[in-house]
Amino acid sequence: MTVIADRVSQIEGSGIRKFFDIAQRMEGVISLGVGEPDFVTPWSIREACIFSLEKGYTSYTSNWGLLDLREAISDKIYEESGVFYDPEGGILITTGVSEAFDLALRAIINPGDEVILHEPCYVSYKPCTVFAGGTPVCVATGVEDKFELRAEEVAEKISDKTKAIILSYPNNPTGAALSKKDLEEIADVATEHDLIVISDEIYDKLTYEGEHTCFSSLNGMEERTILLNGFSKAYAMTGWRIGYAAGNKEIIEAMMKIHQYIMLCAPITGQMAAIEALRCDDETDRMVSEYNRRRRLMVAGLRELGLSCFEPKGAFYTFPSIEDTGLTSEEFAERLLREEKVVVIPGSVCGDCGEGYIRCSYAVSQYELKDALERMGRFLDTL
Amino acid sequence: MDSKEKEIIGILEENARLSDKEIARMAEMAEEEVKGIISKLESKGIIIKYKAVINHEKAGIDTVQALIDIKISPERSTGYDSVAVRISKYPEVQSVRLVSGEYDLSVLVLGKTMHEVAYFVAEKIAPLEQVRNTVTNFLLKSYKEYGEIYEAEAKGKRLAVSL
Repeated sequence: MTVIADRVSQIEGSGIRKFFDIAQRMEGVISLGVGEPDFVTPWSIREACIFSLEKGYTSYTSNWGLLDLREAISDKIYEESGVFYDPEGGILITTGVSEAFDLALRAIINPGDEVILHEPCYVSYKPCTVFAGGTPVCVATGVEDKFELRAEEVAEKISDKTKAIILSYPNNPTGAALSKKDLEEIADVATEHDLIVISDEIYDKLTYEGEHTCFSSLNGMEERTILLNGFSKAYAMTGWRIGYAAGNKEIIEAMMKIHQYIMLCAPITGQMAAIEALRCDDETDRMVSEYNRRRRLMVAGLRELGLSCFEPKGAFYTFPSIEDTGLTSEEFAERLLREEKVVVIPGSVCGDCGEGYIRCSYAVSQYELKDALERMGRFLDTL
Repeated sequence: MDSKEKEIIGILEENARLSDKEIARMAEMAEEEVKGIISKLESKGIIIKYKAVINHEKAGIDTVQALIDIKISPERSTGYDSVAVRISKYPEVQSVRLVSGEYDLSVLVLGKTMHEVAYFVAEKIAPLEQVRNTVTNFLLKSYKEYGEIYEAEAKGKRLAVSL
């Protein structure tokens, strides 16, 4: 008897497990393999959470999440992008964007439905699509297009089974962002073919070049978009696991139906902290300007080492090409770790078209960043 | 001040040991331009000095500091300035600030021993003609100086690899 379900065993384990294991047994490692801020959650947010615990807020919340938090999120989305999502029924608080993403797919995907996603992308999109019974249809984006998804490439992949498009800009791992015009063209394709757009905008605040455009704010997209966002990146709150989905009430209600049975509610302490976080935009601005300095430092540093490096517009990753070294992404990452104790993520774990690239996070201190670049320089000299 | 000057000040206030080249990269400016702006800021006295923030306790350097609250009778022509400037000139004095509230000046004095600090206040500050009254508050422990917390928060708790 096979114990593990086919649906699960067909998914490969994460390609970064190996690096994690090697790094864990080493001393003096500098990790550019991190996908989270190096800042600790701002104190006023932590303090609000502690205060809530002192006052005894330790229970379940409504399945939807605390109304105060949903109202604050609704206000924020309205202020930033002019879209109104009703805090009652239009917004669902989840245990991180990861949960929201899973719910979104499960709420709308029937077996065999196709979901278009652009690669390189966050590692969970494909597996989650498969778990939800859907078929991922990947569009490769390349450096020649600045890793931006083009509407015509989406259109080419559409079949009568296509149900949804997954968008994730600013992008992990490339740092690419899409202009409003590019997004509008994708919106037109979504309208023409009656598709849902799942827009993961977790890095929206970390935009350095141009302004972030919320996909829901585009013409006709309010109803069609499942907007996903959370607190992890902008407020340095990864461990709190608080995210949310906003969208039309029919879809959010369906997501809520799954959420109430599998998760019940997001942790109340995190929700309490998130309410305070929405009052802490100054802290976010401070962190963003520091990321921006490091971004420039790292891009210039990588280029000086002779690596060709695309200029990222958002998130906190650089995505240099290591093709000229003749090594695969994985070989490069493994040797760099073993020889110079620097962790980077092989681009190949983010999709086949990520081969030949490595993801280097600049969510590390300026000192670590400089040290890591020196080590990479030494490593490159040995090749 | 223009935005380029502000950006450079922001970078230096965070880390003054960066090279001009690194600052140029962070600010997306030419190195020569950064050099020019910094020397202009220096010559204008906007950038006064570059110093390190040292945790003396950890370094095992025994010092005594006291915050002296001083009540002043201001002078007709120069107000608080002339006496504040006079007090500033002593090397033992680390900072001199005019404050609102019960007292007028808040002065930080550094010495090797409590005795030395107390003597300095009694001999040099208290006798000044404009000084009406002083209160000496010895510092017992520092938790944060110049915006830097002394006992840094847990670092290295992040996973080495996360996506």
